[in-house]
Amino acid sequence: MNLINKNSVIQRMNSRLRKNNIFKVLFFAATIFCMLILGILIYRVFSQGLSHLNIDFFQNYASRRPENAGIKAALIGSIWLMAVTAPVSIVLGVSTAIYLEEYAKVNKFTSFIKVNISNLAGVPSIVFGLLGLTIFVRALELNRSVLAAALTMSLLVLPVIIVSSQEAIRAVPKSLREASYGMGATKWQTIVRVVLPAAIPGIATGAILALSRAIGETAPLVVVGIPMFVAFLPKTVFDTFTVLPMQIYNWTSRPQEAFQYVAAAGIIVLLALLIIMNAVAVYIRNKFQNRY
Amino acid sequence: MVTMLHNLEEKRDVGVQPTNVNKVEKKKIFETNNLNLWYGEKHALKDVSLDILEHEVTAIIGPSGCGKSTYLKTLNRMIEMIPTVKTSGEIKFRERNILDRSYKVEELRTQVGMVFQKPNPFPKSIYENVVYGARIHGIRDKKLLNEIVEKSLRQAALWDEVKDRLHDNAYGLSGGQQQRLCIARCLAIEPDVILMDEPTSALDPISTLKVEELVSELKEQYSIVIVTHNMQQAARISDKTAFFLNGEVVEFDTTDKIFSNPVDKRTEDYITGRFG
Repeated sequence: MNLINKNSVIQRMNSRLRKNNIFKVLFFAATIFCMLILGILIYRVFSQGLSHLNIDFFQNYASRRPENAGIKAALIGSIWLMAVTAPVSIVLGVSTAIYLEEYAKVNKFTSFIKVNISNLAGVPSIVFGLLGLTIFVRALELNRSVLAAALTMSLLVLPVIIVSSQEAIRAVPKSLREASYGMGATKWQTIVRVVLPAAIPGIATGAILALSRAIGETAPLVVVGIPMFVAFLPKTVFDTFTVLPMQIYNWTSRPQEAFQYVAAAGIIVLLALLIIMNAVAVYIRNKFQNRY
Repeated sequence: MVTMLHNLEEKRDVGVQPTNVNKVEKKKIFETNNLNLWYGEKHALKDVSLDILEHEVTAIIGPSGCGKSTYLKTLNRMIEMIPTVKTSGEIKFRERNILDRSYKVEELRTQVGMVFQKPNPFPKSIYENVVYGARIHGIRDKKLLNEIVEKSLRQAALWDEVKDRLHDNAYGLSGGQQQRLCIARCLAIEPDVILMDEPTSALDPISTLKVEELVSELKEQYSIVIVTHNMQQAARISDKTAFFLNGEVVEFDTTDKIFSNPVDKRTEDYITGRFG
């Protein structure tokens, strides 16, 4: 009555187990390879740049001589850029997500909008640079200011924030909304008191991911016309400035070899900034996730 | 059937007065007239007419999919959260038709509260859960809020268990405690009616017992409509019972009559377990 040939099962067993192990090793190797690349990168950057990291580096402006080159203008410039981009993109992005998830009727038009927003996330950043140049720099006459750059970067990261905020809001269980409506709360009260607090971990993660991308983008800023060499700090959002990635690029394109080390030091600072931003995101997420 | 009669007789032997002697005219709190409801094309409620009286526990029983929860959700218009729903007919709450567009649904839900099948406390502290209703209605006075918390938790028989940890996360409570917290949350806004949608089906037997005791105590101040799958529960705690089948009300009478001497054969079949 047996349909399964026990002998051939046992014969096949060894080759199946071997195949299983081969794939395990392959996946592990892929991981090791990636970690290796990352390790080499970090090692290279740190070994070249650490020596140049000293107080002067943070206090000086850029200079034609590598010993005197400092990151002050670029660092402060990047922080200015983030300080304006973050609120604009987060407020606009989360508001859009709230509208799309809570208020918009489900029909072809809104589906069309949602698809377009997801697609915008994949548009090359230089296109946003062109958009920013046309609208903010020329039409609104903001010139090459912090404001023009920040608005351009906001447009760049907006789709990512919208999509991740939508996911976070959608993940809030329906039962919580029902409980709120059941007590006579209005839609707005339910959103502010129940939905948003529950969605904050997801929103924060998405926002930081988006901003991390913004801090490293150079192409759109080049198009908008942000200079690479600046020896002063911006005083208002209407002043011009420079950012870390542009400064680093400037240094790497210099002929003197010493500038490569300066650039490496700049990269370390950029990485440090990224880590701080991620740490803030993790902190915010944990603070609101304890509730669960 | 015989065991059911036996149980009811035991209940009577504990010296409960027959209700006809001290009959106080109870007012109608919900008057449903020819209610029809469709989920898109599906005709879910067919010509439902039912009167629910004050200060009583009205149970709604019936097999799965018969429209019990649907009917309950029309009483506080929670059914509107489903976009494909259409209704016709009227439901009068205190003489006003609640299905009328001009009746504000937020106002209705302040007077008609709901407890759901699966406990759904907010991911906030126990205190914040209970005062949620008060806060959304604009109450900010700290002292008043504290009083509301104590009163509601006592009414829900939960005060002693949580009074020392009011600011702990509500998710740390057990299932039965969470459900009683949801009841307290509902009581905090002092509604007139409490709707309960199978409130004990997700709870263990001891928590179920506690909630049932609660329901019996609460009916002195509130009117309760409870949907339940558990016929013994309906027989234990309710004054009136409505039997729904396929979206229609087959029979609606005092609980004693339904469980001992039902008029309709379908009711008898359901109660004796021949189907459902």
